[in-house]
Amino acid sequence: MSEAVRDGEARGVSLAHLAGPIWRDGALASAAWLLAAAVTLVVPDVVPWGSTPLFAWILVAGAAILLVGAVVVPRLGGVGETIVHYGPWLIALGVVFALWEGTTAKLGWLPKPFFAPPQGLLHVYVVDWKRLLFCIGYTLRLWSYGFSSGAVVGFFVGVALGWSARFAYWGMPLLKLIGPVPATAWTPISFFILPTTFAASCFLVGLSAGIPVAILTASGVASVDHAFYDVARTLGAKNRFLIWKVAVPAALPNVFVGLFMALYYSFAVLVVAEMLGAKYGLGWYLAFQTGYSAYSNVYAALVIMALICSGIVKLLFVGRGRLMPWQQKGVL
Amino acid sequence: MSAALQTEAEAPRHSIALEINAVSHQFELHGGRLPVLDAINLRLAPGEFVALLGPSGCGKSTLLRLVAGLEPPSAGEVLADGQRITGPDPSRILVFQDPTLFPWRTVRKNVAIGLEARGLLRTHQARIDNALALVRLERFADAYPHQLSGGMAQRAAIARALVNDPQLLLLDEPFGKLDSLTRLSMQNELLALWQKVGFTALMVTHDVEEALLLSDRVIVLSDRPARIVAEFVVDKPQPRRRDDPDLVQLRQTVLATLGPIRD
Repeated sequence: MSEAVRDGEARGVSLAHLAGPIWRDGALASAAWLLAAAVTLVVPDVVPWGSTPLFAWILVAGAAILLVGAVVVPRLGGVGETIVHYGPWLIALGVVFALWEGTTAKLGWLPKPFFAPPQGLLHVYVVDWKRLLFCIGYTLRLWSYGFSSGAVVGFFVGVALGWSARFAYWGMPLLKLIGPVPATAWTPISFFILPTTFAASCFLVGLSAGIPVAILTASGVASVDHAFYDVARTLGAKNRFLIWKVAVPAALPNVFVGLFMALYYSFAVLVVAEMLGAKYGLGWYLAFQTGYSAYSNVYAALVIMALICSGIVKLLFVGRGRLMPWQQKGVL
Repeated sequence: MSAALQTEAEAPRHSIALEINAVSHQFELHGGRLPVLDAINLRLAPGEFVALLGPSGCGKSTLLRLVAGLEPPSAGEVLADGQRITGPDPSRILVFQDPTLFPWRTVRKNVAIGLEARGLLRTHQARIDNALALVRLERFADAYPHQLSGGMAQRAAIARALVNDPQLLLLDEPFGKLDSLTRLSMQNELLALWQKVGFTALMVTHDVEEALLLSDRVIVLSDRPARIVAEFVVDKPQPRRRDDPDLVQLRQTVLATLGPIRD
């Protein structure tokens, strides 16, 4: 081994000793983000886009934060570990921004107008944020009305179907007949029958959410181990206790599977309903902007939609963890 | 403090007399009828500990279900202190072979089920702690069932029964699924509880030694439909020793009555 290498090693060790541990991925991510910023700022655009300098400066700010993080994060403890876990993602994000920027705005390799550069999306947020916020509000209102009413009705119907043989006799065939029909098939008739488009959209979202919740709750309640009822009955439990304190908690894992299915169905129906009849909402925004070939706006809205939907899914996971702490491993 | 005193005053008696008069029972199966019990007559004095032995599937568990009031007998009657049993009642509690703890409830909340179902939770909190202490599970009150060992889970199930101050404890092979060491210590614990609390006990088991160690009387049932074929009084004071020559002798006799082992 040569003197020079050993020298370098020694210097590295002493530097590390001076500064303490460094979050290597953070430093690399900072470099990647800086690279993306350089590509954005230095290379000229093939076609001019708005908000190019703003995007570059956001990248620079990100790079600066990551550089500070490279030193600070190892001293943060628990939170730091979570950030360190996502280090490779942060690096990849910088690289993707650089490549995306290069292939769209700078080189024009990807066909216009279908592929927008990152600053194109940013520009939409800068210019159109008011309308977007409005659309988010409309979408959330429609979804929460539709989903919550559908899920609540579905849950009670499911409990009744699973518990009462008489209710199941009349209800189960109906549910089996209507259940497999996609909720969107009811779109024309519901827009015709219900007084407002909002009511019709609400009904469709509710239907799409209610049916999986009802089916899974019913099967959950019906398949509760009979030994649980025997135990509760010998301990003096009456019907009310048997339903709400035995059948429902025992069926809760099934109910949550139903709720997760309901989430995905309701998102699908929500967008379709908004595209067809609504005057606002993210689905409407997507359809409207596609009509004008404003693909940056479409992508910008898609990003928001992805964040909202995955956020709601995450929220349901948290809710399930709270309600069912006894379940070590989830069913999903 | 006052709640504890009240509890004492409310339940001065801890045992009941059980009378099974000419009880026959049959299951409806695929249109046909399967007789499981054939004219069973059995009397338990208050505070007595009786063990039921018999070939597996002979209907012992069914008899316990009838006494618990979970099902009405096809013929005959079951009387608790002279009163005909028509439904389940917290004074007669069935402990199953599986602990069947509710997995969504902590040990404490499992033990509380009987009080909660009868609306006594507020006034009788102290009983839960007493029951947990009786089975030495105080430190696991906030654990969930999946965190317990088999023996601990069965102890929790017994605490869940005891919290209701049962006057008749029905045990359906309560230690059948435990490993042999845990089973030995659980037998001693059950014996200690019975001596301390004084309930009447009717236990189904297929372990002859267990029956002889714990009970005052051993009833041997025939194959399905079950009839009583023999009755042995175990006239030995507690604590009994497993290697007591009289008990070893009795064990041979009981095994002979049970007939050749077919498997």
